[in-house]
Amino acid sequence: MATQTLRTFVAYVEDRPGVLNRISSLFRRRNYNIVSLNVGRTHEVGVSRMTFRVEANEDSARRIEANLYKLVNVLSVEDITDKPSVSRDLALIKVAVGPQKRAEVLQLCEVFRARAVDVGPDTLIVEITGTQDKIDGLVNILQPFGVAEMVQTGALAMTRGPEGEAAKSVHQPPILRGVTAA
Amino acid sequence: MAASVTNLSPNETRPETRRLTGSQIIWDTLVNQGVEVVFGYPGGAIMPAYDALPQYPGLRHILVRHEQGAAHMADGFARASGSVGVCVATSGPGATNLVTGIANAQMDSIPIVCITGQVASTLIGSDAFQETDITGITLPITKHNFLVSRTEDIMPTLRQAFYIASSGRPGPVLVDITKDAQNASCDYAFDSTPVRLSGYRPDRYPVPEEFEQALELIRKAKRPVIFCGHGVIKANAMSLLLEFVHKTNIPVALTLLGLGGFPATHERSLGMMGMHGEAWVNTAIQEADLIIALGMRFDDRVTGNLKTYAPNAKKIHVELDPAEVNKNVKVDAPLLGDVREILRTLMPHVERLNIDEWIAHIETLKGDSAVRDIQELPDDGRLFAAHVIHDLWRQTQGKALVVTDVGQHQMWEAQYYKHDHPRKLITSGGLGTMGFALPAAMGARFACPGDEVWVVAGDGGFQMTACELATCAQENIKVNIAIINNGYLGMVRQWQQFFYGGRYVATPIKSPDFVKLAEAHGLKGIRVTKRSEVRDAVAQANQNAETTIVDFRVEQEDSVYPMVPAGADLHNMIRRPIPEGQGHNPIFETGED
Ligand SMILES: Cc1ncc(C[n+]2csc(CCOP(=O)(O)OP(=O)(O)O)c2C)c(N)n1
Ligand SMILES: [Mg+2]
Repeated sequence: MATQTLRTFVAYVEDRPGVLNRISSLFRRRNYNIVSLNVGRTHEVGVSRMTFRVEANEDSARRIEANLYKLVNVLSVEDITDKPSVSRDLALIKVAVGPQKRAEVLQLCEVFRARAVDVGPDTLIVEITGTQDKIDGLVNILQPFGVAEMVQTGALAMTRGPEGEAAKSVHQPPILRGVTAA
Repeated sequence: MAASVTNLSPNETRPETRRLTGSQIIWDTLVNQGVEVVFGYPGGAIMPAYDALPQYPGLRHILVRHEQGAAHMADGFARASGSVGVCVATSGPGATNLVTGIANAQMDSIPIVCITGQVASTLIGSDAFQETDITGITLPITKHNFLVSRTEDIMPTLRQAFYIASSGRPGPVLVDITKDAQNASCDYAFDSTPVRLSGYRPDRYPVPEEFEQALELIRKAKRPVIFCGHGVIKANAMSLLLEFVHKTNIPVALTLLGLGGFPATHERSLGMMGMHGEAWVNTAIQEADLIIALGMRFDDRVTGNLKTYAPNAKKIHVELDPAEVNKNVKVDAPLLGDVREILRTLMPHVERLNIDEWIAHIETLKGDSAVRDIQELPDDGRLFAAHVIHDLWRQTQGKALVVTDVGQHQMWEAQYYKHDHPRKLITSGGLGTMGFALPAAMGARFACPGDEVWVVAGDGGFQMTACELATCAQENIKVNIAIINNGYLGMVRQWQQFFYGGRYVATPIKSPDFVKLAEAHGLKGIRVTKRSEVRDAVAQANQNAETTIVDFRVEQEDSVYPMVPAGADLHNMIRRPIPEGQGHNPIFETGED
């Protein structure tokens, strides 16, 4: 079996009750290893967009796509792993620092282009967007000050350049043609 | 929920608009979909719909004895007819009783629509009496499902359900309809325009390069085998397959569900492959240099150990569902699409292959094993299941519609009843559901009123849905039932004999007197203990106006041979032991055999 790598997919789905359940049920049932999954609205009413990451080899990545297309509420799917794309996570980190060390923390945040979004007497909430690496970097740096809480979205991703394949086929899902032979 | 589900163009002529209740709309929609029979069972949450049923005399309702039976009947109807089967149940226990039948239909890709009543929409989520989240429960075992809580959504949703169930790779669709949606009224006119669903594209087409690649492999093949799967029958590609074989001369092996997709008595038919496939078939597969797999999915019961499976063969996979390609077996040339269309496209480009040597070789393999495994049974007065099936085949001239249950008898049926025609063997393949046969046969009866229908069931499985005998009696449904009565859960007993030290734990099974059981229902029963009685009993059963059980008391500890143990290499088969000092004594050496 070919090696598993982290793969990123974009999918457009109908915004209806239970759709997320159908998708997560598919992943569970087929034993796909989900790393992160993100779903939210798009500029179009009734259409949601998902970004999800799975550990998969090329062949199972293709089958994930094929299985997703079998869900009636899935409008379009694109594996963007090998396409030039932008990917972002958002994290909120609550650092347990009082007034004495606040400036030091803020300075470090600057380096990471993170910013403070809330300041309390003994805590500070920092917001950072970026890749997983960048977020991990900041968390590591903040650890010595005391990270009290942290929350993170899964990746949001978008291909660079013109309108992506998934976006293009929201209203006209592709009639799947062919499968690349192994 | 977004409600835009119809897509009428403005100048489309609509039938007259009427004001109907949701209940009326359910039945009216079914009638417009061409449904003539539904299998169901009433209860609180579906009572409004039942109350409206008499207004639709063109719809026959079959009152089952257990909702599992209703789902299997719809399934049997669908398999025999090629169209959608419909079953109906109430909420809660009614709906959960359907679950086995739905899972069975999902595994074998059978188009059925299940309509369930649901508690009123205002009560959903409150643990109301008989409230069950049936759309949640059936989510992984349906092709799709719907919860409908508005009257005006009933017709469009049911239309979508029929469309989804029957298009592409078919499957079960469940429509859960709340009681208030059944009770309320709305303006209604059946919409007969094509259904369009934005996210659903059931069609596939291969690309030309893939055809080229496949044709190249076919031209070069020296030891090719065609696999005929269920997809051949679903796509109605039988005559094209026959033509393809006549042109190329390639032999055909079949999956359990593919039986009937290519005539069993054709000289190029090898027979069934896999766990209980004949030895020559599995050996041929292991030696083949090309497999042309048509509408099948390389199930583990077919392949055995994947690591050693068909090691020398290039594989062409003709398949409608892209998720099946490269799932279990690595394929060299996938052809995504309808089996029929693909065979049609390939046809002009293929010619007779120079494979006489290969065919001669398979013939020797056949000669070696034919008398050893499945035919090496003494005709000494003892009754073997194989005798029963063979004689049933003869007596019905191979033309019966046979519906089997699950177990040893199922495999014997597949080995000994030679099916030359599609949709005349109905069996639970993917799920292996005991209790399937009787209700599925009752459903099939409605699809093929002119056929001689035979249930072939084990003594164990028959008892799982034997309650439907009462349905046969009440609804005047005539089927013939062969119970292969071996006093055991035979297939499990066989595994215990082979793999669990012969410890027969929980497999000896006591049955009621099946003849009396039939009679208690006002039906007929016949007991057979000797081979000489088989054919008369078969003839008599078929003559009886009522459903008739024939209780065949067969050898108790017989096993199905050959057998590839689960997960073993396909060529490592357990063969029938030949008793010491006994030459071969083939089962079928009577004058006409
Ligand atoms: C609902 C269900 N429960 C259990 C099984 C496991 N199982 C497979 S075959 C079999 C024995 C069937 O016995 P019987 O119906 O008497 O048929 P036989 O094998 O004796 O021909 C069992 C228990 C099953 N397939 N389905
Ligand atoms: Mg038995």
